Amino acid sequence: MNKNVTVQVCMGTGGMAAGGAEVLAAFESLMKEKDIPAEFRRECSLHKVGCRGLCAKDVLVDIIVDGTRTTYQYIKPDMVQRIIDEHITGGNPVAEWQVADDYHKFHEKQVKVVLSDCGTIDPEDIDSYRGAEGYQAIRKVFTSMSPEEVIEVMKKSGLRGRGGAGFPTGVKWEACRKASGDQKYIICNADEGDPGAFMDRAVIEGNPHAVIEGMVIGAYAIGASKGYVYIRAEYPLAVERLTIAIKAARECGFLGENIFDTGFAFDIKIKLGAGAFVCGEETALIASIEGQRGMPRAKPPFPVHNGLWGRPTVINNVETLANIPYIIKRGPEWFSAYGTEKSKGTKVFALTGKVKNTGLIEVPMGITLREIIYDIGGGIENNKKLKAVQTGGPSGGCITDEMLDINVDYESLARVGSIVGSGGMIVLDEDDCMVNVAKYFLNFTRDESCGKCVPCRIGTKRLLEILDRITKGLGREGDIELLEKLSGDIKSASLCGLGQTAPNPVLSTIKYFREEYEAHIREKKCPSKACRDLLTYSILKDFCVGCGACMRACPAAAITGEKKKPHTINDEACIKCGSCFDVCKFKAVNRE
Amino acid sequence: MMMKITIDGKSIEVPQGTTVLEAARMLDIAIPTLCHHPKLTPFGGCRLCIVEIKGIPRPVTSCTTPASEGMEVTTSTPRIKDLRKTVLELILSDHPNDCMVCERAGDCTLQEMAYAYGIRENRFAGERRIYTKRDGNPFLERDMEKCILCGRCVKVCDEVQGVGAIDFTYRGFQSKICPPYEEDLDCEFCGQCVAVCPTGALAGKMWSHKGRQKGVREVDTICSYCGTGCNITLHVKGNEVIRVTSREDTWNEGWLCVKGRFGYQFINNPDRLAKPLIKRDGKFEEASWDETLEYVGKRLNEIKASHGPDAIGGLSSARCTNEENYAFQKMLRAGVGTNNVDHCARL
Amino acid sequence: MASLAAIFGSGAMTNSIREIEGMEVIFIIGSNTKETHPVIANRMIKAYRKGAKIIVADPRRVPMVRFADVFMSLKPGTDIALLNGIAHVILKEGLHNEEFIGEKTEGFEEWKKSVEEYTPEKVERITGVAKKDIVKAARLYGGSRKAGIFYTMGITQHTCGSDNVRAIANLATLTGNIGRESTGVNPLRGQNNVQGASDAGCMPNVYPGYQLVENPEVQAKFEGAWGVPLSPKAGLKATEMIPAAHEGTLKALYIMGENPVITDPNTHHTVEALKKLDFLVVQDIFLTETAALADVVLPSTCFAEKDGTFANTERKVQRVRKAVEPPGEARSDLSIILEVAQRLGYPMKYTSPEEVLLEFGQVWQNLAGITYQRIEKEGIQWPCTDREHPGTQYLFKGGFPKGKVPFSPVSYTPPAEVVSDEYPFILTTGRNLYQYHSGSMTRRVDAIESHAGEPYVELNPSDGERLGIGDGEEIRVASRRGDIKIKARITQRVSSGTVFIPMHYREAAANVITNDALDKKVKIPEYKVCAVQVSK
Repeated sequence: MNKNVTVQVCMGTGGMAAGGAEVLAAFESLMKEKDIPAEFRRECSLHKVGCRGLCAKDVLVDIIVDGTRTTYQYIKPDMVQRIIDEHITGGNPVAEWQVADDYHKFHEKQVKVVLSDCGTIDPEDIDSYRGAEGYQAIRKVFTSMSPEEVIEVMKKSGLRGRGGAGFPTGVKWEACRKASGDQKYIICNADEGDPGAFMDRAVIEGNPHAVIEGMVIGAYAIGASKGYVYIRAEYPLAVERLTIAIKAARECGFLGENIFDTGFAFDIKIKLGAGAFVCGEETALIASIEGQRGMPRAKPPFPVHNGLWGRPTVINNVETLANIPYIIKRGPEWFSAYGTEKSKGTKVFALTGKVKNTGLIEVPMGITLREIIYDIGGGIENNKKLKAVQTGGPSGGCITDEMLDINVDYESLARVGSIVGSGGMIVLDEDDCMVNVAKYFLNFTRDESCGKCVPCRIGTKRLLEILDRITKGLGREGDIELLEKLSGDIKSASLCGLGQTAPNPVLSTIKYFREEYEAHIREKKCPSKACRDLLTYSILKDFCVGCGACMRACPAAAITGEKKKPHTINDEACIKCGSCFDVCKFKAVNRE
Repeated sequence: MMMKITIDGKSIEVPQGTTVLEAARMLDIAIPTLCHHPKLTPFGGCRLCIVEIKGIPRPVTSCTTPASEGMEVTTSTPRIKDLRKTVLELILSDHPNDCMVCERAGDCTLQEMAYAYGIRENRFAGERRIYTKRDGNPFLERDMEKCILCGRCVKVCDEVQGVGAIDFTYRGFQSKICPPYEEDLDCEFCGQCVAVCPTGALAGKMWSHKGRQKGVREVDTICSYCGTGCNITLHVKGNEVIRVTSREDTWNEGWLCVKGRFGYQFINNPDRLAKPLIKRDGKFEEASWDETLEYVGKRLNEIKASHGPDAIGGLSSARCTNEENYAFQKMLRAGVGTNNVDHCARL
Repeated sequence: MASLAAIFGSGAMTNSIREIEGMEVIFIIGSNTKETHPVIANRMIKAYRKGAKIIVADPRRVPMVRFADVFMSLKPGTDIALLNGIAHVILKEGLHNEEFIGEKTEGFEEWKKSVEEYTPEKVERITGVAKKDIVKAARLYGGSRKAGIFYTMGITQHTCGSDNVRAIANLATLTGNIGRESTGVNPLRGQNNVQGASDAGCMPNVYPGYQLVENPEVQAKFEGAWGVPLSPKAGLKATEMIPAAHEGTLKALYIMGENPVITDPNTHHTVEALKKLDFLVVQDIFLTETAALADVVLPSTCFAEKDGTFANTERKVQRVRKAVEPPGEARSDLSIILEVAQRLGYPMKYTSPEEVLLEFGQVWQNLAGITYQRIEKEGIQWPCTDREHPGTQYLFKGGFPKGKVPFSPVSYTPPAEVVSDEYPFILTTGRNLYQYHSGSMTRRVDAIESHAGEPYVELNPSDGERLGIGDGEEIRVASRRGDIKIKARITQRVSSGTVFIPMHYREAAANVITNDALDKKVKIPEYKVCAVQVSK
């Protein structure tokens, strides 16, 4: 019989959605029920852990027996019995349920700093974090470093803000430290709002204490006694775990009146955001904490001089803060060994879209896009052709298949008109229409504009209207130029980052896929066959066997025909939903 | 601390905290604005006041940017003018072009800007916000289709009036300024918002179709309600006061209250006394001035003769002018010979 | 205002409105500034935005309370106790201004003894204001040397009104918060030209410029100026004329632009008195309730139909301009007065209103420098003693006209009428934001009428519940003098045991029930306190 067994069940949002809680419960009850000797049970521990990235294969379960880790995928509660019987008590792992090569390949090229403890520690147990050297960084800071030394380490590490803009963290801290004010604040920006992005959520759900520890170090460096975590109310699990973590940290004396007996006082409050994308913009975020409508204001003055309640304030993103304890513990040189000349360390991305292994990844800065998509991501789904990668979400741009060897870092992506952004990475294939992609993002920014400044409020609406008419076959000659002109003006004249970057998806898709726009406008065709209004469906007489499947599937009763004779589609009644195309087994429906 | 700043080649020293816009105005350099109001905190929403500052790649709004030592500003490059034109076109693309019937035509900053920039065609024509519900309050017409969301009304209501009856609601293109839950406005009705609105979105309901600029005279005078003595301007068409405003350059800074701004209708009230009345057998009869004045003189002289001057008293009015009050007490003291004269200070 | 004049030597607002924004502490007592002087409230809010602390003392939760650091909800009529209590704390905590007291005041030691008994504990019992709030207010006001006091009729319309004013003056004197920029004592005038009417001598005991009727030198001066012998004895105050008419000693009354039937206390008594007159002339723009009782009604002009000047609450003489022609044959008040004077055998030859003002300036030095041309753009604050004088932003810069400022001991006396089992509620009256005074102007504005056209009585929810009275229900409010039917407005604005009725509505005229008891010195009626019963 095995001596020492640890069971780790993935209980991030992905794991929970796949049934992680039920799997954990199954382990719990079966281990109790089973005739397992008491002394063994004592050695055996069950843990919920955060996301380890490959959410597509949830529920992932790790069984560590005497230090040997076995990872299972797609685990359901009814599979637990067999794992206990064969593996835990029997000593023979269940081979067919174990993860395969792709799981290992997914991790091979990743370098985990921020996520290093995600998926191995129990986020709801402070001792679990402490067991993994947690809170050693603040011990080091409080017992042996001056605030200036902390700032110096940050500057030396080359850490830049992971929220999107990439401003050097040490420089920001230094500016705030030097700003005069009777009260200073540090705010953790956890208002992650890019569509498809879930980096910050996973970090807080998987390792909330790293964020807290980062904040305490930041507070010490700038001289803040109060901190806020501004987090979306739509992240209930993250909020719950963060609340537990803050309470535990307070009980252990890592937060509160007299941290490490230095007399330094610092505490953290959680402020729930109502899910407005613009509240990720720091001045809007501040307004929201102050109880105002979340609308940005002009900078300067910058928050480091005039922030929350008019006091000097540092706002750092979740991932930035989670990096900090590791940098302090392992040294700036260790950190800056990863990455490129100007972009140091690692970056977490939410890899989504038409890639095989979707999920959360952490890679060293400077890795190529090709490595991310083909090595980590496992290539394109259904062996379709890659068309482009959209990075930086609604503020970003697209990168074409020809540029796959580009290094993923702040400068290189900026050079081709995209951005690292907060870490959204959406892979597009040949079925994706680029006009539609631009329209999708503009629809998002149009909705999320706060309405304060004219170019963003009305400009994004007009961009969307023009894109919309192009995808409907109503585009006019000159529309592309008008899009370019208006986009440029919106970028120049908007108040905040939202408006200043909102046209990027339009400009970037025009830049690399102008011919797709032209096809929509001149030929009234969508080359990717994605724009419904530009499609025509017809039935190929030679292939149709008259089975009637399309007729039954058509919601508009646009298909007529006798049994066993070729059917026809009435163009005027057709709503172009594509149901007939999908249902036909004989490839008799033609779409063009 | 003073800062030296150069705008369009002209230099000026300004105190710390002065914005680029304020500095430009000190130099008589015109920068167009819609959302800026000198008595409210800067907003930076309309983007018309953008300028170029040496060393900053992106145009910045002059209304929000504090001047700093050595700053070099250019207010009107072709690029800036072009951006302003785009912004104006965008605003106008979401604005009902009904200046023909708009209450504020001729007194509308947006109209003036469109004129100055010669905007006739609109490259960005598209959907407009349509609001069919009318605010039922009796004082303020709130036509939110004409609102350009400059935020002045929101700021004046909060910062100056301390009421906060309205705020931004919804997001993006659908953003709208309204009272909580979009109910009818129920506030102090000071009309400060109307005074600062740069378009026809806000107007007095009682102004409706009474007259705009043509044939309207403006007469500066003093409000006749409380003792604050606010400066007001009566807008007169024919022999009717059709609107009351207050100039911003007087001590009350253009602020008024509901009575001062909207309480003028009594002037033209049909109940106004238009002829002298003499009561005969318990009923009033109209009489000529001569007859009435003779009668008053006769009766007062009789009473003075039979009962002495102190049997007569006079009450003057805090609503009359200094001159009238002076003359009134002089009439009683010197004309009648009594000090029985008082007014309502105690009431 | 007369009481204030007795203390400082001048009875007007000592600061100007603009200075409010420079104040560190604003102490508002007995003034619903946000509703009765809204634009002055705007200045206070501006000061608040700059960091000023605001203290409000009022029986009602008036709108300015929103901006207040301290709100003292005192029982109506207990102002003296509260003010003395604040003075007590200031003394006890050593926040008084010894230098100012030593150099510029007299009677300090005696007065100091008079406030010794007003401990916070005792004052809490009398006023109902929590001890800690009294202390907090004292520390704020006493701790600042840029503090202004503001009051209106909530202070003066009491039988002890002049003592209330003295208690206020004592506070300012104690802290030296007077005679400098942005600190002073500021009675806010309720009507557009009360200041001007007082300045012009429309008071029975003084000639224009507050020059005493009973001073023979003054009398000689005016006899010289006006060319006729003048009466050596002071006349009747407005509030004495009505009883005199009732008694039959006053036979004729000439009322210009006033409506005492609505604005005087105890309406029934006022109507009876006016009916007893041999001859009543009313000169007005509407056939008011008072005009209806007249023998002769003279149609006159409103402010928009005449030229002249008003003096506002900060002593600023401002230009009024004619904008429209009066209706029908209505004539300006000045031209009517000249016609009547002519027929009284005393012709006054003025060819323009400005000539009147210039003569006014000749008999009163403080206006000597003001001409229409000088106030074309902006008014000038008196004193303005010659044509070069820029006017006076705040009073007593160079000292006090009477030399030293006296401390005057005042003690708390209960109001003339106190609650009883039969009349268990205190009624207090005043204005609301939308209507004005007797309503003869505002009640003819459609928008105002549709928004605030109905009389109401404010009643605390707990009282409403106890009496089974719901919001909007018609109830009866009665005093020893009369009763009215009026709709209840259930609101936290009034505290339990107090009811409030706005004075504007003739159909439920508050003054049918108010008490005509007068202040013993200045004869202001006690509008702010009377005992009433409230029933369904």
